Amino acid sequence: MSIYLDHAASTPLRESAREAWLAAATLTGNASSVHGAGQAARRLLEHSRERIAAVLDCDPIEVVLTSGGTESINLALKGLWWGKAGDREAVLLPDGEHHASIDTVDWLRARGARVRAVALDPVGRIPLDGFRTALTAPAPAALATALVANNEVGTVQDAAQLAAAAAAADVPLHLDAVAAMGHLPVSFSAWRGGAAPGVGLVALSVSGHKVGAPVGTGAVVVSRHARIAALLHGGGQQRGLRSGTQDIAGAAALAVALEDAEAERVGEQKRLVALGDRLWSGIRAAIPAAELLGDARDRLAGNVHVHLPGAVGETMLFLLDQEGISVSTGSACQAGVAEPSHVVLALGRDQDVARSVLRLTLGRTTVPSDVDALLAALPRAYARATSAARPRRLGADGVQPS
Amino acid sequence: MRILAAMSGGVDSAVAAARAVDAGHDVVGVHLALSRAGGTLRTGSRGCCTIEDAMDARRAADRLGIPFYVWDFSERFRDDVIDDFIAEYRAGRTPNPCMRCNEKIKFAALLERALELGFDAVCTGHYAILVDGPDGRELHRASDEAKDQSYVLGVLTAPQLAHTYFPLGSTPSKALVRAEAAERGLTVAQKPDSHDICFIPDGDTRGWLAEKVGTAHGDIIDRDGAVVGSHDGAHGYTVGQRRGLQLGVPASDGKPRFVLEVRPVSNTVVVGPKEALATAEISGSRHSWAGRAPQDAEFFCHVQIRAHAEPVPASAVVRESTVTVRPETPFDGVAPGQTAVLYDGTRVIGQFTVDRTVSAVPIAG
Repeated sequence: MSIYLDHAASTPLRESAREAWLAAATLTGNASSVHGAGQAARRLLEHSRERIAAVLDCDPIEVVLTSGGTESINLALKGLWWGKAGDREAVLLPDGEHHASIDTVDWLRARGARVRAVALDPVGRIPLDGFRTALTAPAPAALATALVANNEVGTVQDAAQLAAAAAAADVPLHLDAVAAMGHLPVSFSAWRGGAAPGVGLVALSVSGHKVGAPVGTGAVVVSRHARIAALLHGGGQQRGLRSGTQDIAGAAALAVALEDAEAERVGEQKRLVALGDRLWSGIRAAIPAAELLGDARDRLAGNVHVHLPGAVGETMLFLLDQEGISVSTGSACQAGVAEPSHVVLALGRDQDVARSVLRLTLGRTTVPSDVDALLAALPRAYARATSAARPRRLGADGVQPS
Repeated sequence: MRILAAMSGGVDSAVAAARAVDAGHDVVGVHLALSRAGGTLRTGSRGCCTIEDAMDARRAADRLGIPFYVWDFSERFRDDVIDDFIAEYRAGRTPNPCMRCNEKIKFAALLERALELGFDAVCTGHYAILVDGPDGRELHRASDEAKDQSYVLGVLTAPQLAHTYFPLGSTPSKALVRAEAAERGLTVAQKPDSHDICFIPDGDTRGWLAEKVGTAHGDIIDRDGAVVGSHDGAHGYTVGQRRGLQLGVPASDGKPRFVLEVRPVSNTVVVGPKEALATAEISGSRHSWAGRAPQDAEFFCHVQIRAHAEPVPASAVVRESTVTVRPETPFDGVAPGQTAVLYDGTRVIGQFTVDRTVSAVPIAG
């Protein structure tokens, strides 16, 4: 039995994306070459770029293909910092962002940037007032970034309002739509609105493997007027913003996956909300102490992020894995350690809570029996995990009574 | 049995896990993350909590076809091992952090979690032999004397030994373990052994302690109380130490001097001739028995006071909670905080932490 409830980490490859990927992989030719083979490759690449732009609601020239969310975010944040005009020195970073943003901004901090935080409310929303204030006070920020929806607790932000606030404050904004893509309507031009060139929403990141494209694909929409520097230099591909031979197969697969995800979105939303409700009410019935974290209403469909008091997340993860059920605690570092979730801490909760959470994320391939399997295994795992967390018995002080 | 194999990323624990699998047990591998902000790659002497070690452990588990997890024990490790290490040095004692880790982490925190999660035992790559004797499980020295680790396992008690599995103890030599690792296709076959304290990656214990404990100028005196030099913190000195004293006043007999005593309260280091290190008696109250407690209040045993010291024949007396040991020939310098492990032949009887030492050479006049 194998039950996969970690779609937010990576969702299975779509059959349609796989076919497009493999078909394009057999093409010979570098899209930058002048000859016929190069032109054929270029045709498929640009056709894919147009389809991606149509889904994201931007101009094709604004789509910069990348290796995924992390690269997109790095290009947006570092690029906007290095491309900024004048002496603005603050980067607006709300609490509870993805590590791709946190660590990038941290790296910029070591190189002169000042970081301006915005505290989240208890369900993970970015308060608009706080966001507006931080954009301009005490001085206008050089750039701002925010998640469209939180990847751990699933709370959805009001992206249009965040973008409007940035536009009004004359600050360039990057939105991280990696977790939101496929679940929420994402429209670069609608969110950008009538913002002046170079300010308001200027960049938006998405990742392929969160929507059923292969890992290693992604894009960042960069407004044609954004003042932005490149990270990768070389052949000058993609407006000079991302040099390197372009991945035509990846682009073709990403285009198909984004289109299919968008086509299914409304129906999937309904289905996953129902499944998620069933999952959460089942958990609450079995474990009355369980608590749903994040916004109960404005959250990603299929995201059930629960605090299970007294059960260490990594122990729960182990016990459920032993039963063939894949779940997550939400965050992991490179060595594979489940650290206390910084997002849960950002909700104002303590280390104990941050250590005893589970993120269950449903997706395209989830069926009702998956939810039932988890509900069957969870109470047993919880009982075991809570007893495993009780104080020590062995070697209490090295003294064995004789 | 359901076995939880603790895998450090080294060759020993990898081969131990492999043998547990071969023996037909249901084995799950786990790597203990002991430092949250660990180094990323091996440089020089290595610890056991680098990303590379975690990766090596994972690849070994993959090779064995067993599930693998990384568990975070960094907080427990900091509280029970690192902070204890600093506190012991602050108090002028010389602790053994590897023993503390075995006592509090590997065979306590980890073993407890393993038992609660339905495992029967924790398996490690330690070189020691478990024997099921008439009075319960016994802990014995390994077959390979050079690799024997029964000393650092001396802190284990009967309930801990009952749920412990050491597949390497009877292997005649470490070289055979490496050969076996290579044969099994384990990439760690030629990985160097770890020797140093894992949380002091550059091996500079004195510098590390100076950073944690701070520096404080103090006197180095001889046994008569005469000031013969100065230091930047008594915690940087260990009984028996000879190098790095930088004494200003030469000894009257011209012979080298050694640290005889560290007095943390007055921040004083006492030095003297090698003969004065001779210790006629040691005692301590923090003790444990590796299995059944001794039946007699007074008994003959062999006592080992460091990981690689020669065992010395001695008489031991247990009165109330204090263990007192008198060696037949004096020990060569014992520092409070060291652990004395008592043996009956190859069997570990138990251990105590040295609180008090009595010199074999009284101060003249």
